[in-house]
Amino acid sequence: MIFDYFLLSFKSIRKRKLRSWLTVIGIFIGIAAVVSLISLGQGLQTAIDEQFQQLGKDKIIIQPITLGPPGSVTSKSLILTSKDLKFIENINGVEWAIGYLVKSDQVQFKDEKKVEFIIGMNPSDLTTNLELQGTKIIEGRSLKNGDKFKVVVGYNHGVDKKIWNRGIKVGDSVEIEGYKFKVVGRFDKTSNPLEDGYLFVPKDTLKEVLNTGDEESQIVVKVQQGYDVKIVADAIKEKLRRFRGEKENQETFQVSTSEQILESFNNIFGIIQTVLAGIAAISLLVGGIGIMNTMYTSVLERTRDIGIMKSIGAKNSDILVIFLIESGFLGLIGGAIGVGIGYVIGKGVEYAAVNYLGTTLLRAVFPLYLTVGSLAFSFFVGSIAGLLPAIRASKLKPVDALRYE
Amino acid sequence: MEKRKIIEIKDVWKIYQLDAVEYPALRGANLDVYRGEFLAIMGASGSGKSTMLNSVGALDVPTKGQVLLEGIDISTLDESELSQVRGRKIGFVFQAFNLINSLSALENVMLPMTFQNIQRSIKIEKATRLLNLVGLGDRLNNTPGELSGGERQRVAIARSLANDPEVILADEPTGNLDSKTGKEILELLKRLQKEQGKTLIMVTHDLNIAKQADRIAQLSDGKVIKISNKI
Repeated sequence: MIFDYFLLSFKSIRKRKLRSWLTVIGIFIGIAAVVSLISLGQGLQTAIDEQFQQLGKDKIIIQPITLGPPGSVTSKSLILTSKDLKFIENINGVEWAIGYLVKSDQVQFKDEKKVEFIIGMNPSDLTTNLELQGTKIIEGRSLKNGDKFKVVVGYNHGVDKKIWNRGIKVGDSVEIEGYKFKVVGRFDKTSNPLEDGYLFVPKDTLKEVLNTGDEESQIVVKVQQGYDVKIVADAIKEKLRRFRGEKENQETFQVSTSEQILESFNNIFGIIQTVLAGIAAISLLVGGIGIMNTMYTSVLERTRDIGIMKSIGAKNSDILVIFLIESGFLGLIGGAIGVGIGYVIGKGVEYAAVNYLGTTLLRAVFPLYLTVGSLAFSFFVGSIAGLLPAIRASKLKPVDALRYE
Repeated sequence: MEKRKIIEIKDVWKIYQLDAVEYPALRGANLDVYRGEFLAIMGASGSGKSTMLNSVGALDVPTKGQVLLEGIDISTLDESELSQVRGRKIGFVFQAFNLINSLSALENVMLPMTFQNIQRSIKIEKATRLLNLVGLGDRLNNTPGELSGGERQRVAIARSLANDPEVILADEPTGNLDSKTGKEILELLKRLQKEQGKTLIMVTHDLNIAKQADRIAQLSDGKVIKISNKI
């Protein structure tokens, strides 16, 4: 019987092609928005989770409180120094601590000049860092102890027309502040296009060349196995504060565990996704009202048909079901098209991200629940929107309905 | 043969509320209908013919009085019970045919059975048989828009028989047809009434049609004023 009702609804939708399509568009815009946004959000979140997995949960990051990226501290009193690094290394529970120097400065290769991020690291730390991030050297070698004026470049430096007109090769030289640095190696592509543009040089050489004095832009700590990361982080915060002679809650540095950073990322994501979901909900609401409008018109148009059906034995509940299926159908069709378009948009953004932005962070993930949920939800929206018109249709008196012209 | 009553109309009043004005369409009508007979209801427009037919057909509930269909008082039934009565015991044939335009002839005839939860294969088989019976075996898949008036009324007649009702109610069934087609439709209805032993109640204002009935009930001002047997 339900099959026959589906058939009835389908025929009636087909009869009003244009209006049905317009109604369906109202729904699929909303569903397409939801599907593409959630798929990209999910993809981004998965990517970031993976990044943190590589970094590991046992890391603590200490950096000066700044508004910009690491290395943007100007006031001398705020910076972290090698003394802080040494002090942190000796805190109980710390397996090792690495200090980076992050600077952006002009780099010259042949006739071209570009401002790039330059990372100063102890050569042995760079190797540790490589293992940490799972990044490989694809050309040449990493930095080694005793290197001076040597540089390992990020992936993009070796690609023609990406940063430089002709990509840098191992054995070439670049100039920083008038000093020649010999390129000894090149990293493989990472998921972060920013990182693919870094230049890695020995920290001491960078300090010398830039005349920075004693400075660490960021210190990364690995916690010894068996120690609680949170407790070690708290200990670092308290001891370093006393070491630097600062008051509680007025520290000029911040200590965060990798988990805390992940959490704050996730919080931001949560907010973004809530806002997006809100926008999508509004568009679905509008779509639902569109369905309701269509169904009211449909009830009016088919008043006579309703009278006929009642005169040949249709119960109120039969009429109700027929109209509910019809509006649910409209919703479902909109949902199916919306899922399809959302899929295309999501994959399109992923494609654009990979090919034009060079990042693999933005990728579209389509969990089953997203597809099934969207379809079920659009059917639900359609049915709810159709409920009032359907009730109205079912309550029509047969004699009045038959007389309707 | 003993005449058994199938329908009893007892002092039935039907008052319509038109804006602030009360308009009584039936004012204490009385009528008995016997099983298997062909009864014509005649009267001027506004005499209450259609209202009476709608009451008998459970399309409308009287304001006052009783309509007994096989001994059951229609005015005591709730809406879903009324639907059951319309679906199982009554077959309607209207002046304006009242087919569903988006459905084919076959689907129109199947529809009353759909509302009685009858299996699809049985519905198709029976609807095909009924359309053959009314002479439309070759127009099964045509929609009403593709059929002539006479053909449409044949579909409507086939539909009225779908659930094997006891009673066929026809409200001016030839009113929208030319006289030749009208005659054919009337013959078809009469044949079905005879062959299948149905009770046929037909509202008409055409005396030539009414004369073919077993009895004629004449309505005036919402009352049955005269019942005459076949001459």
